[in-house]
Amino acid sequence: MELTGAEIVVRCLQEEGVEYVFGYPGGAVLFIYDELFKQNRVKHVLVRHEQGAVHAADGYARSTGKVGVSLVTSGPGVTNAVTGIATAYMDSIPHVIITGQVPTHAIGLDAFQECDTVGITRPCVKHNFLVKDAKDIALTIKKAFYIASTGRPGPVVVDIPKDVTTARAEFRYPETASMRSYNPVIKGHAGQIKKAIQTLMRAQRPMIYTGGGVILGGAAEELAQLTRALGFPCTNTLMGLGGYPATDRQFLGMLGMHGTYEANMAMQHCDVLLAIGARFDDRVIGNPKHFFSEQRTIIHVDIDPSSISKRVKVDVPIVGNVREVLRELIKQLEASREKPDPEALKAWWAQIGEWRSRDCLKYDRSSAIIKPQSVIEKLYEITQGDAYVTSDVGQHQMWAAQFYKFEKPRRWINSGGLGTMGFGLPAAMGVQLAHPKAAVACVTGEASIQMCIQELSTCKQYRLPIKVINLNNKYMGMVRQWQEFFHGNRYAESYMDALPDFVKLAESYGHVGIKVEKPGDVEPALNEAFSRKQDLVFLDFITDQTENVFPMVPGGKGLSEMILV
Amino acid sequence: MKRIISVLLENEAGALSRVAGLFSARGYNIESLTVAPTEDPTLSRMTIVTAGSDEVIEQITKQLNKLVDVVKLVDLTDGDHIERELMLVKVRAVGKDREEMKRMVDIFRGRIIDVTDKDYTIELTGTGAKLDAFLNAIDRSAILETVRTGASGIGRGDRILRV
Repeated sequence: MELTGAEIVVRCLQEEGVEYVFGYPGGAVLFIYDELFKQNRVKHVLVRHEQGAVHAADGYARSTGKVGVSLVTSGPGVTNAVTGIATAYMDSIPHVIITGQVPTHAIGLDAFQECDTVGITRPCVKHNFLVKDAKDIALTIKKAFYIASTGRPGPVVVDIPKDVTTARAEFRYPETASMRSYNPVIKGHAGQIKKAIQTLMRAQRPMIYTGGGVILGGAAEELAQLTRALGFPCTNTLMGLGGYPATDRQFLGMLGMHGTYEANMAMQHCDVLLAIGARFDDRVIGNPKHFFSEQRTIIHVDIDPSSISKRVKVDVPIVGNVREVLRELIKQLEASREKPDPEALKAWWAQIGEWRSRDCLKYDRSSAIIKPQSVIEKLYEITQGDAYVTSDVGQHQMWAAQFYKFEKPRRWINSGGLGTMGFGLPAAMGVQLAHPKAAVACVTGEASIQMCIQELSTCKQYRLPIKVINLNNKYMGMVRQWQEFFHGNRYAESYMDALPDFVKLAESYGHVGIKVEKPGDVEPALNEAFSRKQDLVFLDFITDQTENVFPMVPGGKGLSEMILV
Repeated sequence: MKRIISVLLENEAGALSRVAGLFSARGYNIESLTVAPTEDPTLSRMTIVTAGSDEVIEQITKQLNKLVDVVKLVDLTDGDHIERELMLVKVRAVGKDREEMKRMVDIFRGRIIDVTDKDYTIELTGTGAKLDAFLNAIDRSAILETVRTGASGIGRGDRILRV
């Protein structure tokens, strides 16, 4: 049967089982919108800015593991979406972005709302396509979903000129998309896995360090099984939180620039490091030279070969799907007659216990001003550790990562790689739509929230009962902290002057706003917010302006050179 | 160290810019890059001459392999290979220098492919080093124009790069 290009696009989305498309209409995508209007299998969520659309689809993808889908028009629609696309790219989030383009005959003529979408997005996508013929739409969209969701996931842009959406072509949705140039590795190399087991058995001071790959690869159960079987300590990166249950004794907390003392010390002083789905980035290991001042054997499991030996030299590389490799490791471990040296392990845990006793996350609990950490602790208690928590970027993000104990994967949703302020609220929309009954909190600050504040309107339209936890210290807190530590207390442009009245702002969007100024009011306010199951509640916590995030590994320093409280 | 990387990639619009973009985005250096379709019109073959430490070269090959349009690649410098580059040079050739120039072309086994009463256009193929040697051997001030294709490379014997 012959269909128009626009009909084909929508049929493809239906075939892929797409539940939600997050988007914003415009000239180049009018025919696609017309087809969306005529059906009800794929639901469209109208955002207020294209950045919000991409972040919302991203939040949906992160919390479900499915491919997020967004739809924007040509030109400014695309350029507005770029921040969101780059955010998804840096954190390897499966995502298909359909973008309108000016008609093929107008491409290159500086047409109204024209931009070189494929060119602009090329460095921040896993792949992109420009579809020039309606008969290519179906296969291209099939490939886009396949590429986005397999191997190391990532965003894929499909750019479709307006005339292609009106042209007619035969429609048949392909069952598979095989590509000779794209064959992601799944199974790890058996010999390397054997070598890894031998290395782990010989370890005196072992450490397991895992990242976003465990979440993306759906390997949290396997990780817990392996870690418990080995009896080794485990740390997660910012992207990996929830990959290992945070309340478990073997968990040392997050590592890195604002990681715990025990995690960073163990990372620095271990003799065998098992890295799983993590990439040794600058915020995680600090200065690589300092990291290498200690000898250790590194086993690195990752699906992306280019992540291995990129920043640090690896002794036992294993390329493969994290879950497959972990299963194989567990199998070989069970079959192995060797066991790790119990005496060495006991001594190592004693050392870790000593580091732990530094209580590196302590803060003044008797303060008369609200401490931001206490808000997160209360949030954790009230939601019984079972909420989906999105965040923006800055101090509040670090406190959320440090103080909310994530027990399960896909509950902690933040922009770790690109560090995109404005991510939290739209991401929470995607999460709430995917999990309508779940408690969803957006931990943010008065600076970040203003970067996508317009999405409060979307939240109203779709009745999304998100709880916005605004840690309001009237500063871009992390900028202020760096200025205090490294720029002689010169707070250049980091003070947030002329702030809106967030309570009135929330109310004007049709939501509930509550201002909280006293420590004693924190818990009741959170209780009230979460008891309002139907309402978005904007909680404006007026917090201590001078509070800093500790521990801190200053830029260029080593992991064991932390500033402690 | 100088490396010659041969890449088979999908002959599609934008494939070249993905490779070029990768090099600029990650700060890798490109000495030369040549590309043309192969006997299979759906495939292009690219030869990239680059330089870097072993770690950088490892990253370059991994990052290239990661590009969805890249089908296969080989670092030719890992084994025996042949490297060829084509150069066209226009030189001033008057008076007694005219005969001397012809002699140099013969020594380097080049060919004069265009002649006027004032200049020669010379065609020369060889490794990049040979082309450099020719330019160094002739009178620099005689050179009016040079154009080089950048290196193409192929493995020796049964070292074959194909799909």
